[in-house]
Amino acid sequence: MNDPAAGPAGPVGPADPTAPARPTGPAAPAAPAGGAGTLTYVYAVAEPSPALDGVLAALTGVAGRPVTLLVPPDPGPGPGPGPVAFVVSDVDRPDWTEEALKVHFEDLDWLGDTARAHHRVIEALAARTTVLPLRLATLYEDRDRALQALRAQRADFAERLARLRAHTEYGVKVYVRPAGATAPAAAPGPASGLSPGKAYLRARRAQHHAHEDHYRQAREAGERIAAVARRCGAAHARHPVQRGPLAAPGPGEAGENVLNDAFLVPDEVADAFRAAVQEVAGALPGVRVELTGPWAPYSFAAGPTPPPPVP
Amino acid sequence: MSLAQPYGHAEPDRDPALPGRQVALVDLLDRLLAGGVVVTGDIVLSIADIDLVQISLRALISSVSTAGAPPPGDGHEP
Repeated sequence: MNDPAAGPAGPVGPADPTAPARPTGPAAPAAPAGGAGTLTYVYAVAEPSPALDGVLAALTGVAGRPVTLLVPPDPGPGPGPGPVAFVVSDVDRPDWTEEALKVHFEDLDWLGDTARAHHRVIEALAARTTVLPLRLATLYEDRDRALQALRAQRADFAERLARLRAHTEYGVKVYVRPAGATAPAAAPGPASGLSPGKAYLRARRAQHHAHEDHYRQAREAGERIAAVARRCGAAHARHPVQRGPLAAPGPGEAGENVLNDAFLVPDEVADAFRAAVQEVAGALPGVRVELTGPWAPYSFAAGPTPPPPVP
Repeated sequence: MSLAQPYGHAEPDRDPALPGRQVALVDLLDRLLAGGVVVTGDIVLSIADIDLVQISLRALISSVSTAGAPPPGDGHEP
């Protein structure tokens, strides 16, 4: 599958007649990987192995395309780190140009399908090996260009893979439960001995206090979860809180999302981490804690150092 | 502790963390649109380059407040 000597040069688009025609492309899938009509879509970096070939052969990638490993034909100069490969699909150029993508990204159905297809590939890889996910919709003109980029960043990729090995990402979202379970407008029974006005104010105050208390509990939850993460040696990344229709809670899941964090947890303490997070949640009735994952290390792939600017 | 079924939650198998539930699209987009390595080199594009989600998508997914990396320590409303 990844015989480096096989096949013609990668598809070369009409826009880059200067592309080197090195015979470096791995065997193209039997699918119509026609030259000018395709771009090379890159999902991830992983260490190549025969086992991965088998995993990928069974997969369908974005736009229903086959998924293959793109392996450099030689390990490159110097005492290199381990070998790295791109995981790629050939996609139809007209659908993946910048203009087309601008339109597609406004189409939630297209975006959802594409995101899930991308995710399927990443998950299948992550179940087998350490995977370094790339940003959604990373595209090269052709396989040769992709290979050049892979070789240029080989050491960096290998280092990132090593850092992610035997770690798994988990998501932890904290929601503040609504405090309005008892509506302040509810008429107090005459038996309460309070005037309706006083009863209203009292209920109102109680609700306000409950509301404040739930936010306090949310802060507490955040601190305790961060402490759990530190004890587990987990790295921490923060996503923006989720709002809007797409984040609308399901039935029985009301509440405002106030924390949307990701943790990179060493595998040997993953169970302990999850149990400890559940324990935090159980001790704070004013908040709801949602644990997601395991995830491939999406939130930690970029690492602490920002990538150099794209020329 | 074990990795027996670490990525099985999209399958019918039940993972304790996600009982019988498909990954939520909003959680996935948090990760796919802001996470992942942004490669260098002769790329045609990656979404890091396009000023995507200016209009409708941003309204749907508040998480996509920027096309860049997740802002560290910024969990507040814009």
